[in-house]
Amino acid sequence: MAVINNIKAVTEALDVAMDRDKNVIVFGEDVGLEGGVFRATQGLQQKYGIERSFNAPISEAMFAGVGLGMAMNGMKPVVELQFQGLGLPALQNVIANISRMRNRSRGKWTAPMVIRMPMGGGIRALEHHSEALEAIFAHIPGIKTVMPSTPYDTKGLLLAAIESPDPVIVLEPTKLYRAFKQEVPDGYYTVAIGEGYKIQEGNDLTIVTYGAQTVDCMKAVEMIKSTHPTASIELIDLRSIQPWDKKMVIESVKKTGRLLVVSEAVRSFGVPAEIIATVNENCFDSLKAPLARCTGYDVVIPYDRGEGFHQVNPQKVVEAIKKVLDYKF
Amino acid sequence: MKYIGKFDPQKDEVVRVMDKDGKIINPKLAPSISDEELIKAYSIMNLSRRQDDYQNKMQRQGRLLSFLSSTGQEACEVAYTMVIDPKNDFFVSGYRNNAAWLTMGQTVRNIMLYWAGNEAGAKAPEGVNSLPPNIIIGSQYSQATGIAFAEKYQGKKGVAVTTTGDGGMSEGETYEAMNFAKLHELPVVFVCENNKWAISTPTVQQTKSLNIAVKAIATGMPSIKVDGNDFLASYAVAKEAVEFARSGNGPVLIEFDTYRLGAHSSSDAPDVYRPKGEFEDRVPYEPLIRLKAYMIEKGIWSEEKQTALNEEQDKHIAAEFAWVEQNKNYPIEDIFNYQYAELTEDLKNQLTEAKEFFAKYPETKDGGHH
Ligand SMILES: Cc1ncc(C[n+]2csc(CCOP(=O)(O)OP(=O)(O)O)c2C)c(N)n1
Repeated sequence: MAVINNIKAVTEALDVAMDRDKNVIVFGEDVGLEGGVFRATQGLQQKYGIERSFNAPISEAMFAGVGLGMAMNGMKPVVELQFQGLGLPALQNVIANISRMRNRSRGKWTAPMVIRMPMGGGIRALEHHSEALEAIFAHIPGIKTVMPSTPYDTKGLLLAAIESPDPVIVLEPTKLYRAFKQEVPDGYYTVAIGEGYKIQEGNDLTIVTYGAQTVDCMKAVEMIKSTHPTASIELIDLRSIQPWDKKMVIESVKKTGRLLVVSEAVRSFGVPAEIIATVNENCFDSLKAPLARCTGYDVVIPYDRGEGFHQVNPQKVVEAIKKVLDYKF
Repeated sequence: MKYIGKFDPQKDEVVRVMDKDGKIINPKLAPSISDEELIKAYSIMNLSRRQDDYQNKMQRQGRLLSFLSSTGQEACEVAYTMVIDPKNDFFVSGYRNNAAWLTMGQTVRNIMLYWAGNEAGAKAPEGVNSLPPNIIIGSQYSQATGIAFAEKYQGKKGVAVTTTGDGGMSEGETYEAMNFAKLHELPVVFVCENNKWAISTPTVQQTKSLNIAVKAIATGMPSIKVDGNDFLASYAVAKEAVEFARSGNGPVLIEFDTYRLGAHSSSDAPDVYRPKGEFEDRVPYEPLIRLKAYMIEKGIWSEEKQTALNEEQDKHIAAEFAWVEQNKNYPIEDIFNYQYAELTEDLKNQLTEAKEFFAKYPETKDGGHH
C-alpha cells in the first residue's frame, strides 16, 4: 500500500494497465516527456517507450477519432484531453461516432477506449479551464462517465474504465488532484463502474454528490452539527455519473425521506435534475420535504474574480441542508 | 509585390532584412517606415517586454493569474498589428499577444485586469477592434474568417488579422478556416507565430511539414515565411499582406519564425523539456536587441533615451498594477449581467438567491485564495 494523491493514482493506474497489456497506450498534448500539464503520465514514456506514451499534435477532434479507430482495431487507447473545456473539439467524435459504434455496427465494432480529462473549478485557472460538463456526457447513450473523488477510486475506476468493453469518459476534478492523499493498494484492482460509495450513514437526509463537492459536503456535514446537532445525514459519493447507483440512492431516500444533490455544474438540465426526477419517480411515498439541489448558477463559469460567487462552497451546502431539514408541509 | 510570391515557402525561403546585430543585410527588402513610427514600434515592444517581466513577478507573488508572455515575439506582434487600423480592421487574437494588444490600443490596465481574473479587462476600449483573448486554440482562425466575410459582403474595406502558434496550426479548424477564406477570397491575414514550442511539445512533434507556411498551399492561398524577430522584415511583409488582402486578392498566411524566450505560461518550467543551450543560442537573435542596435546605428536612439523610456514605462506599469489591485473585484451582478440581453426570470431568481447568500456569508466568496 502506498499513500498517494489523485494525480499519482492516475499514473499508477496507467502504469499497471500498460504493464498488463501492451495494447494500452496513452497520448495527448504534452503527454510524453513532460507527462501532461498535470504530470499524470510522468515517467510512462521512459518506462514504456515513445510508441506507447507520446505527445500528439494539438487536435482533439483527431485524438478522439484516432482513439476510436485504434479501439475498433484491438487496442486500448487512453486519450488525455488537457482540460475538459479545451477538449470540446473532441466532442463531435465522442457524440457522433464513439458513442454509436457498437450500436450502428450491430455489435461488430466497438469502442473500448478511455478519454480522461481534468475538469471543474476552484483552481484559479483561465477561461474554459473550470467547466463542469458531466451532464453533456451523461446525456449521450453509449458512453459511460465516471468522476472519482479519492485516490482509491481514481485508480480503481480508471482501471475499470480501461477494462470496460465500452467507451468511458473519466472526469478528474482538478481541485482534488493534489488536495489530499490516501492509502491505495499496489497493483491491480478495480472499482466497479456504476457503484456509489456511502461516505457516512444517516437517517434524516440523503446528500448525493460527486467530484470535488464530496469535500464540500463532508465539511458541510460537520458544520451543520452546530445548528442541527441531532441531524443524521447519509452522504453518498456517486463516483459514476452514468450509469449511476440508482439503487443506493433510492434505498437511501426511502430511509431518510429527504434528498439534497450537490454539484458545481450550472443548475439547469444537469445531473442533479436527473437524480431528483428518478427519486421522485421511485420514492414519492417516502418524501418528507421537496427534493433539493445545490449547484452553480446558470451563467458562464466566471473568471477567477467571480468564480467564488459561482462555486459551491460548504456554507452553501449548509444552507441547502437547513432548508431541507427545516421544511414543514 | 515585393515579398508575397517572391519567397518560396517550399524552398523554405525566409524574408530577412537585418542580421542579429541589427545590420541591414538586405537593403532592397527594407520597408519605408518613418523614424517616428520606428520609435513608436520599439517603444511598444519595450513596454510589452517590461510588462511581461513585471507580470511574471506579480504572478509569482500570487497577485496575478497564470498568464502567457510575448517575450521574444514582440517584433512580429507589433508589426502585424501596426499595419492595420484598430477602428476599421479587426485583430482576432490568441492568448499570447501582449505586444499585439498594446499596439491595437488595448491598455496595460485592461490586460492586467484580465490576468487578475476580471473579465472586464477583456473588453477593448472604444474604437479598438481587438477581440478578447481566445483560449480555444484554432477557433480564432474561423472567427476572423467570418469577420472578413462580413466585411466583404457588406462592402466595407476592413481586414481581419488573426494569429496562432505552430501548435495551433495542428487544429483542423485552422485549415478549415483558411480553405473557406480562400474559396471566398476574403480579406483576412492568417498569422502563425512559430515560437518552436507548444508547451513542452516542439514543432517537430507537431508536424512533418517543411515549415508552417507550406500549410497554406493546399488551400490555394499564398503564404510566406519571415524572420519574426526582425522587426523591419516583419513590418514589411505584414504591410504588404494587409494591402494585398484589402485590395481583394484574398487571404494570405504569414509564418513568423520566432522563439518563445519565456516559459509557456507563468506556471511552467521550460528547463524540464527544452534542450540544454537552446535558449542561450536564441537570445542573441531576440528582437529588441536587434531593433535597438539598428536604431542606435541610425542615430535615432541612445542609451540615455533607453533609460528614460524604461523609467517612464516602469512607472506606468507599476501605477496601472496598483490601480488593478484596488479595482480587480466586481459585484455579484457582474456574473449574471452579460448572460443575455435581458436577465431571464430564472436568472433574476438565481441572482436574488445569490445576493441573499453572499450578503449573509460574504467571506465564503473567496474560498480562501484571494
Ligand atoms: C483547443 C485547445 N486545446 C488545448 C489547449 C491547451 N493549450 C494551451 S496553450 C497550448 C500550446 C499551444 O502552442 P502553440 O499553438 O504553439 O502556441 P504558443 O502557446 O506556443 O504561443 C495548449 C495545447 C487549448 N488552449 N485549446
